[in-house]
Amino acid sequence: MAYIVPRPKLTFAEKMYLPSIVAGMAITFKHLKRMLKGETKVVMQYPEEKWDSNMPEHYRGAPTLVKDDHGRERCVACQLCEFICPPRAITISPGEIPAENKFAKVEKYPVEFKIDMIRCIYCGMCEEVCPEQAIFLRKDYAITGTSRAEMVNDKEKLYEMGGVFDGLIHKWNPKK
Amino acid sequence: MDFIHSIPWFLIFASLAKTIFIIFLVVLPMVSYTVYAERRVSALIQDRVGPNRTGFPLTLLGFKKDFSPFLGGLGQPVADAVKFLLKEDFTPGHVNKPYFWLAPALAMMPALITLAAIPFGSVLDLDFLLIPLGHLFGAEWGHGPVKMIISDMNVGLLFMFAISSVSVYGIVLAGWSSNSKYPFLGGIRSTSQMISYELCMGLSAVPVLLVASSSGLSSIVNYQVAHGWLLLPFTDGSLTLREILLWIPIAIAFVTFTISMFAETNRLPFDLPESETELVAGYHTEYSSMKFALFFLGEYTAMIAGSALIVVLFFGGWHLPFIPDGSRGGFWGAIFGFVNITAFFAKVAMLLVVFIWVRWTLPRFRYDQLMKLGWLYLFEIALANIFLTAGILAFT
Amino acid sequence: MSPVLFWFFTFLMLAFATLVVVNRNPVASALSLVVTFLSLAALFVGLNAYFIAVIQVLVYAGAVMVLFLFIIMLMDLKAERRRKFNLLAVGGGVLVSVGFVGELVLVLGRFKLGESPFPALRAEKIDDVREVGMTLFTTHNLPFQVIGVLILVATIGVVILSRRELK
Repeated sequence: MAYIVPRPKLTFAEKMYLPSIVAGMAITFKHLKRMLKGETKVVMQYPEEKWDSNMPEHYRGAPTLVKDDHGRERCVACQLCEFICPPRAITISPGEIPAENKFAKVEKYPVEFKIDMIRCIYCGMCEEVCPEQAIFLRKDYAITGTSRAEMVNDKEKLYEMGGVFDGLIHKWNPKK
Repeated sequence: MDFIHSIPWFLIFASLAKTIFIIFLVVLPMVSYTVYAERRVSALIQDRVGPNRTGFPLTLLGFKKDFSPFLGGLGQPVADAVKFLLKEDFTPGHVNKPYFWLAPALAMMPALITLAAIPFGSVLDLDFLLIPLGHLFGAEWGHGPVKMIISDMNVGLLFMFAISSVSVYGIVLAGWSSNSKYPFLGGIRSTSQMISYELCMGLSAVPVLLVASSSGLSSIVNYQVAHGWLLLPFTDGSLTLREILLWIPIAIAFVTFTISMFAETNRLPFDLPESETELVAGYHTEYSSMKFALFFLGEYTAMIAGSALIVVLFFGGWHLPFIPDGSRGGFWGAIFGFVNITAFFAKVAMLLVVFIWVRWTLPRFRYDQLMKLGWLYLFEIALANIFLTAGILAFT
Repeated sequence: MSPVLFWFFTFLMLAFATLVVVNRNPVASALSLVVTFLSLAALFVGLNAYFIAVIQVLVYAGAVMVLFLFIIMLMDLKAERRRKFNLLAVGGGVLVSVGFVGELVLVLGRFKLGESPFPALRAEKIDDVREVGMTLFTTHNLPFQVIGVLILVATIGVVILSRRELK
């Protein structure tokens, strides 16, 4: 059934448009004035103001590797993260820890650990899957480079970014 | 030798100096900064910040720091211009080439030509500089005060209407030669819109001509200097009954004239020829690089010429209350002459801000509403207004 | 006006007037006509007749030709095809134009006023808008009013014709 929408009866002033135009211009002028006075809250002015101070706890930034409190690299080169990584950003070449090393019972360590930051989608699956709590997403977000090679984080860079983490898992601790 | 002496060198030199001054030193920079103001004011109105970063990259020239003037972003127009110049100038294969190339020039030139008739200052007397300078070269260079108008015609107002009516060719040709449907629709819309609103504009300026009893723009300004600005008749210090009565038709004329000016310069709320939501970009869809920039410049130059015309007709041109014109000569005369020029362009700049303010407040009209407004309301109001003015002039 | 400018604009006007006829593209013809009007306006300026020059630009170049162009574009006329010469039509055309030129020469040769030189233009500026207005509303008031009424009648006629619904 057709439904007839009743047209509103316009007064003369409304038909003239002019009063509503003036009212509209008053509104926009109010916004202009408040902006000029600095009363309007605007977006963060990025390079001057940064996210660092008000970054949430759960922020997922660049993935990094960590060492434990004995200075041992926590990664045991199990390659789970390499397999789970959806964009295949991680490349690990595992190696054997020589027998004379005091952590020899760990057996494996990553000779090379590369994360391609062009590919990384910051999903955090590597962190989730890691049985050793060795890989963590930190809060670095301004990741730039001038070449593709520069965007690949190697092992030193990853440890430098990650630092030391004294996690819950201590199974490789020689004292235990 | 006689031939060389018969040439009015000073006249040629003065006209050239005025033309170069107004086009290259005032209007073109004003155009680029109007574009900047447009972006900045629109941002402020919409609670954004706008382009506030581009400074002048002095570090490239070996300086320690980049120069970002007080508001920031004042280097933006320069960057825009460089971008326009360096972009690829692409001509699509399906266009009608000669007309496609002709159109941007035809869009830009009329707007610049209209500036010739605008009295942008009172008089400027630089004799106190020129006479000693001439003595250095052993010549007589003093010529007395020079009128600050490039061409002082007694048909100045009609001249401006005539030339701005020619500017429609640029848009029509752009739309037609692009050989593509959206530009064509834009061109068609623009033609009928400009023809319709030209009439309203001409008719709504007639009351001013009646009151000032001249169609020369400089004599209209002189009338306002003597009797107070037409829209603010108290600026000469007195207010008579005739002025109060005349204020009514003048105010109506101002409103209709301004509305028609918005339509004539294709500004929102009447920018149907290039309405982005319907026609991609209207008549300049197929244009790129500097050819597009010429349309852009033409549009903004027309806006400046239009604002200048409104200032001349309704706001007393270069006149400020209690500030004399530059005819007294000497150093102070020159200073007052420059103050007059500055006052004129300050008024124009204020009107430009109003143009921008309106653009970012009002939504676009529908096409039939636009035509109805022009032909059924503004035209009749302007026509009746002429009779009202003539009646008041006859009986007071 | 300097003779150089006079000859320049005269040549421009005649050249583009020829182009109006010669061009096969209707849009090009229309634009040539616009240039013709503009140079004609320039010649008027040379005679110190600013008002007529401006009205020439305003009405013909700015309004009439824009409408022409508008209609040409809407009808989407293609460039005219070259037709075979029709000997009869060409002969008739030549005959008519020769006759017309002969008649002109004959009439102008006997026109005494045409041989006397025009008085030189006044050196000072003429307020020609005022003078045209004065003449229109004093000496030629009646013809002016009659033309006004004629135009009004034509306007009303057009409105009525265009509003009639097709049955």
